[in-house]
Amino acid sequence: MHLKRRLSILLLLLCIVVILGLVKGAVDIPLADILLKENRAIFNMRLLRILAAIIVGSGLSVSGIALQAVLRNSLAEPYLLGTSSGAGLAVVISMIAGISKIYMPLAAFIGAVASIILVYNLAQEGSRITDKSLVLSGVIISIAFSSIIVFLVSIFGDKAVHEITWWLWGNLEVYDYRLMLLISIPVIFGIAAIYVFSQDLNAISIGEEEAVHLGIDTQKIKKAVILITALITASLICICGIIGFVGLIVPHMMRLVVGPNHKTLIPTTCLAASVFMVGCDIFSRTLFSPIEIPIGVITAIIGAPVFIILLKKGKRI
Amino acid sequence: MEVLLKISNVSGGYYKEDIIKGISLDINHGDFMGIIGPNGSGKTTLLRLITRALHIKGGEIFFKGENIFQMDLKEFCQRIAFVSQDISTDFSFTVNEIVLMGRIPHLKRLQFETKKDMEIALEALSLTDALSFRDKRIDELSAGERQRVTIARALAQEPVLLFLDEPTSHLDIGHQIQILDLLKRLNRKSNLTIVMILHDLNLASAYCNRIALLDKGAIYKQGRPEEVLTYRNIEVVYKTIVLVNNNPVTLRPNIVLVPGEK
Repeated sequence: MHLKRRLSILLLLLCIVVILGLVKGAVDIPLADILLKENRAIFNMRLLRILAAIIVGSGLSVSGIALQAVLRNSLAEPYLLGTSSGAGLAVVISMIAGISKIYMPLAAFIGAVASIILVYNLAQEGSRITDKSLVLSGVIISIAFSSIIVFLVSIFGDKAVHEITWWLWGNLEVYDYRLMLLISIPVIFGIAAIYVFSQDLNAISIGEEEAVHLGIDTQKIKKAVILITALITASLICICGIIGFVGLIVPHMMRLVVGPNHKTLIPTTCLAASVFMVGCDIFSRTLFSPIEIPIGVITAIIGAPVFIILLKKGKRI
Repeated sequence: MEVLLKISNVSGGYYKEDIIKGISLDINHGDFMGIIGPNGSGKTTLLRLITRALHIKGGEIFFKGENIFQMDLKEFCQRIAFVSQDISTDFSFTVNEIVLMGRIPHLKRLQFETKKDMEIALEALSLTDALSFRDKRIDELSAGERQRVTIARALAQEPVLLFLDEPTSHLDIGHQIQILDLLKRLNRKSNLTIVMILHDLNLASAYCNRIALLDKGAIYKQGRPEEVLTYRNIEVVYKTIVLVNNNPVTLRPNIVLVPGEK
């Protein structure tokens, strides 16, 4: 099946979930009435949420794809590698310190880069990085950082507690549309930059040295890609908190459909991830309406079994 | 004979230790050269230094008179290709996709492969007799098939000079001969200069027109097979006793192993 056809199917699916996302919620609004003036506020709110879901889904999935390629490890993903919790910890510290929200992205970025360097070094056995050591160090760092977050919240929390715990499990509610627009810039830029590296990612995914023999400056590309994924993850953390497994589930499913070539994998995954996230968000809002389930819980419930299957069936991707 | 690659007093290795200690070697246009030597003598390190996969510590290398370290890496890879022992990857690329990657040195970053690139990949696949399984995934292939695919990828780079690191190490004798015959054919018909590491001294003897024998990071002896593969050289370098007679078919040296215990 051709790329164009796959893209159009995904685009169609996206249109369907977007419409569903606009219609469904604590209050269902018929499609015909969604553009009416009295529904304007709800419409705007839901549209922003859908946009956030699309940005978050695409950003996390493309980060997953890029990390999986440069680390040549099918289990690499910002959440599992502790990048998300590193960024989260930095954000919590800056919240408690009362630093202006404008600087939150910067703090998140520093936290993300610091944790990725930490995990990478921990996982290194000699010059090799194995599956097990990488996941293990990612999980250790994740747990350690999450505990520090909880510790800080319980000591300094009070008014911030509710906000922070909500946010730790992921939340697509856009509390500031200007922040979201601001955040979208680095995320979109990052996704585009990773797409530019498609060819390099293809070569690196069959081996670092193989890539060198194809004329690719592997070290430079690897560093650039890791920094870009940290930038994307850190930016997303600021608007949606910590959402896990998205970078694992969607890329794996799309590799089964379109194969591992990044030139086609990246655009199809962006669309598929948007469909997935908008869908998950609809579930999170409507499943136990009016109670909202954190979206990170939904992605984890779907993601954990996928992760187990991947780990069990061997890591062919 | 035109000198294609002039390696002059090259040294280098990992960390602080130099594994290669001042090697000089000329690779001539049209050579079919074998690099032999015991484990740890620096064969792979030498090839990694020459192909810029490892940083050189001393010496110079010239490709047709041009310093290779001043060449753009992609331009370098348009002329010189490398086939590693085996590729193993978790990513299920198809054979066709892997071979097309050989076109990367010729492509700009966002450029998709053109029809011409596809044709070159097809040509490489047919030269290595891999056309029949071009749509299979790389992880579905046998070791021999995979080796042909990596050679096809290197050919898709359209190199003048091809390095191979033990291209026959994972293969049974039938497939060993198949691969070496293929390389010999490419050497003769496509005028491709080939340099490869070989473990099997008799294969090196039967196929190569020149052999370099490495010992402790230096060249112990280089020349035609009959000059290098003498029982004395082998005894000194490999620390093992062998008999050398002639292969009745190729008339080249044939090494006969002598078991220490019977």
